[in-house]
Amino acid sequence: MKLDTQLLADVTAFLNIEADMLDNKEYQQWLDLWLETGLYIVPVDHNATDYANTLNVAYDDDEMRKLRIERLTSGDAISTQLGEKTVRTMSRFRILDDIDGFVRVRCAYSLYENNKNGLRCYPANLQFKLVRDGGSFKIAEKIVKVMKSSQHLTTVSYLF
Amino acid sequence: MTTEIKVKNLNSTADLVLEDRVHKSLYSDPEIFDEELDKVFNNTWVWVAHESEVPEAGSYKTASIGRQPVIVVRDRKKNIHVMLNRCRHRGATVCEGKSGKTKAFTCPYHGWGYGLDGSLRALPKPEEYENILDKAEFGLVKVRTESYNGMIFATLKDDLESLDEHLGGAKKWIDLFMKQGGGYPLQTLGDHRFRFPGNWKIQLENTTDAYHFPIVHKSFIASVDEEAAEVFDFLDGEGYVEDLGNGHSVMVMIPELVDLEENLDEPIPERFEDLAKSLADEGHSDEEVRRLVRAVGGSGFNLNLFPNIACSMAFFRNLVPISVNETEIHHIAIGGKGAPEAFNQKRIRLHEHFQGPMGFGTPDDGEAWERVQAGSIAGTDGWIMVNRGMSKLSTSTDGNVKGAVCSETGMRAAYQKYKKMMSVESGK
Repeated sequence: MKLDTQLLADVTAFLNIEADMLDNKEYQQWLDLWLETGLYIVPVDHNATDYANTLNVAYDDDEMRKLRIERLTSGDAISTQLGEKTVRTMSRFRILDDIDGFVRVRCAYSLYENNKNGLRCYPANLQFKLVRDGGSFKIAEKIVKVMKSSQHLTTVSYLF
Repeated sequence: MTTEIKVKNLNSTADLVLEDRVHKSLYSDPEIFDEELDKVFNNTWVWVAHESEVPEAGSYKTASIGRQPVIVVRDRKKNIHVMLNRCRHRGATVCEGKSGKTKAFTCPYHGWGYGLDGSLRALPKPEEYENILDKAEFGLVKVRTESYNGMIFATLKDDLESLDEHLGGAKKWIDLFMKQGGGYPLQTLGDHRFRFPGNWKIQLENTTDAYHFPIVHKSFIASVDEEAAEVFDFLDGEGYVEDLGNGHSVMVMIPELVDLEENLDEPIPERFEDLAKSLADEGHSDEEVRRLVRAVGGSGFNLNLFPNIACSMAFFRNLVPISVNETEIHHIAIGGKGAPEAFNQKRIRLHEHFQGPMGFGTPDDGEAWERVQAGSIAGTDGWIMVNRGMSKLSTSTDGNVKGAVCSETGMRAAYQKYKKMMSVESGK
């Protein structure tokens, strides 16, 4: 198996920035990371493939991403008013393929949240489809397979 | 009234429910919760599934009656059974997971095998049971089951009134709700499940609480277009709440969307113009396009069926009591079986927009419910008020008690039924 360590380093650096932006609520910069046609998906069923015709926890196109950021930042939503910072950790990055300019990458992910109910952890498998954009990337697809999403979650007031 | 009632000195939990208020201990006393499981959930019709969740022979869904696990399954003859999810040998569950399809239920512990109708078919090494076990008597325990318009209910009480009598005045509203398939049979399209740290009755109240909508859901309203925001601005409109008897109630928020088969010539709302165009492009007639578009956003009312299911505008809301201070909620998406893909897809997107752990509505509801659970224990005045609208009641055309859309008429209906059930001596 041949390793493209440069691509892996580039992708890892990009995804670390993406996670850091979410942890630090730099939402407008985060929106700029996306292709306009990009999709942010949190599936209910981890075996689903036709996300458009399946119920998801979140299925955000460009318009919904912007509306979601507005909701998270406007102060109108009571569930977001006491939102403390989150901590995301990622590891186990693996390039799945690199075809026609699109790089698909998978990694392990944990989001830690401190709220009034205590410290909560959401482990997930994270999969991105990235497209090269100058010396960086844009996100064409982000799929967050959060453990227990097909059973029961708590409500969340941030982005995975 | 500000005097604290000493809960332990009361004769009955039923004394904690007055006409206009309920005592805070109903949210937080573990003994009351245990009593509710016995007197409420084990003594009435509990919703367990919609028929489309078990569409074919062998389709099953796991559910619960109170905290008792049950299996809802369709057998080879297409009959629906609800059975306790408990092996008759040593008690292990014989079915796990939310739903699926199977030919039989096999206990993972010692391999007892049950048919789809619950009958005990086979067990390993039967010779040791010779003359001491009659297989005919050791099938999975079946629970009394009846359906109305696709809604499957089960009860542990054999001598209870029929489901038909239990639903009574609510049946008319179930029939209206089922029209939102847009001319196609109603079909479930998956669910969101989440838990919140609070008592089940806080959620039960919420489904018939229009008063909170513009406050709690301000950010949702901000995320829809102006026309839709006007539709959701219903507190000053002509809506109403009706007490339908037996703890059931209906809260009509948008009267013009009560019957989705009427007013098909209304203008297409701007937010559904894309859907209308794509349906027309697929060759659907103007009439069918209008019927689908009118149904896509759901009905203009919430039907609260005591104790555990609501037909809530465009989805089913099923509550599952976990403990006195934890409740699991299932928000079940619905669409039309065989309906155009664009219609069901739009319904799924609308469901995701408001419902579920990351919806624009549910997390804010959850926050409000958590705060009720946390704050209600404070102070010496132990009452939760449900008296809103009591001085302006009227009688509906169906002869029911009727209050304003933002009245607490539906909560009072549920609590008076609750009081009646909790007044019964244990074991009766």
